[in-house]
Amino acid sequence: MTLRIAVACSPALGDAGEALGRARALADAASGEVIALALGHPDPQALVARGADAVRAFSHPLLDEAHVEAMAAAIVHACRADVPAAVLLNHNAIGADLAPRLALRLDGCAAMGCVAIDHDAGELRYTRPRQGGIAREVLSFRAAPVVATLRPGNYDAPAPDPGRKGSVTAIAFEPDGVRTRIVERKREAGSGPRLEDAKVVVSGGRGLNGPDGFKVLEALAGVLGGVVGASRVPCDLGWCPRSWQIGLTGKTVRPELYIAVGISGASHHLAGCGNAKAIVAVNTDAQAAIFREARYGIVGDYQQVIPALVEEIRKGRTG
Amino acid sequence: MHIAVCVKQVANPEVAASQFRIDDAAKVVEPIAGVPLVMSPFDEQAVEAALRIRDARAGTRITVITLGPESARNVLKHGLALGADDAVLLSDAAFQGGDGHATALALSAAIRKLGSVDLVLAGRQAADDDAGVVGIAVAELLGMPAVSFAQEVQLGDGSVRVERVLDDGTEVVEAPLPALVTVSNELGEPRKPNLRETMRAARKPVSMWSPADLGVEAASIGNAAARTVTRRVYAPVKESRCVQMTGATPQEQAAQLARELREAKLI
Repeated sequence: MTLRIAVACSPALGDAGEALGRARALADAASGEVIALALGHPDPQALVARGADAVRAFSHPLLDEAHVEAMAAAIVHACRADVPAAVLLNHNAIGADLAPRLALRLDGCAAMGCVAIDHDAGELRYTRPRQGGIAREVLSFRAAPVVATLRPGNYDAPAPDPGRKGSVTAIAFEPDGVRTRIVERKREAGSGPRLEDAKVVVSGGRGLNGPDGFKVLEALAGVLGGVVGASRVPCDLGWCPRSWQIGLTGKTVRPELYIAVGISGASHHLAGCGNAKAIVAVNTDAQAAIFREARYGIVGDYQQVIPALVEEIRKGRTG
Repeated sequence: MHIAVCVKQVANPEVAASQFRIDDAAKVVEPIAGVPLVMSPFDEQAVEAALRIRDARAGTRITVITLGPESARNVLKHGLALGADDAVLLSDAAFQGGDGHATALALSAAIRKLGSVDLVLAGRQAADDDAGVVGIAVAELLGMPAVSFAQEVQLGDGSVRVERVLDDGTEVVEAPLPALVTVSNELGEPRKPNLRETMRAARKPVSMWSPADLGVEAASIGNAAARTVTRRVYAPVKESRCVQMTGATPQEQAAQLARELREAKLI
């Protein structure tokens, strides 16, 4: 039987490049095929260029507004026809909501927040963090399809190949089972690069001791062309916007450089930044767990260290 | 108004990682002796959401439900001490060893048995397996609409209004009742049990239901219904080769770090 992998693609699920690339690699190793489910008008040709053999294009106003019930209905519709062994979605607030619904409706299984999907012993195996990231488990499943959410930042998205050929089919579709209504959507004003795409992330934790600490971090992010993030505590305490949270229940980032300031290094935070190429830790506590993950460490007061670092970086450029 | 809250007992997730033992052979992650078992924090916030609804709407009945070993009775006691009215414990050998799917089958049968439940609440995910499957699966099995990752839950007449957390903001979603809502940490600090409720909790009823009470076959719950096979459990590898900046002053430390980062072409 041909290994068929579906990848749900929607602007609401974020960039599908990594998931398509991984699906392509898994399919190639088993002479399989990759089917992209285009929801809410991603460009179908771009999905082909990034690894899809076939695109099922669904359009409906509810898909454009990322209504999860409508998205679930479209994916179920496609899976009933295509019968994939696995369905991949990015792990974000939309994907993590969709996967359990789909698993139930398709009588399959959900693999949540995966960091790897591999062929092993003739089956697909799904690796995911558990217990706040202190452990990882490798799972396989007794029922198909496996609806897997994939944490971003674990695979390289292959470069698009504009020469790739694939079929695009528009599917006539009316979502059923839509019972909820989106009354309002509040977007946090975003300017500049997104955390997920940033090459440099400067992140603050409880050790900032208050919201003003983020101004110090912003100065550093400014000279490095980076983006400011946070661990969970400052978000819970209202020191910074919720959307800055990096970790198991927040965003996953994979910058070249991750500067963790006043962050103790709890597993649930590292689950969101552990794939950074290099971590710098600044903390007053020399025993903090973050130093075990970091490549460079400074034990000291960030209020003195960070401005000094900003100065050094500026000097290095002009001098 | 009747609210059912699904809760889970877990080893306290706030303790250090070193307090857990990863058993490769048994493929489990276990707390070492002495780590307290607590209500999973997101579930505690689900109880808090129920209590806030009752604060605004007297006469609301709150039932806490759990599936687990006999010791899980303690998280029900905690829920009762926080102010829940009654509790249901699903503790039977046949319920054990299940995955999210099997657990959802049992919990949904229990909620069906409770009868006229208007709203089901659950934490966004359990602090041990971090999956976030059971809540939404229960809704699917009960044919209820589900809204996930709530930071605010308000009951209207015949509907629930949920502000839910997205990656770049929030959205307000309305669902007709009965409905299920999973609660996220953005809801805010849960209250602590007070003395009066703790005293009262001792007299509140805890029902213990067996598979037969739920009218479910042993084959459709617990290990027999599990679809997940754990192949391996391991600790992620740590780098542990941190270069410390040893300068005597913050300026020296900063200069040293800037030099290291430049040499590594990281800036």
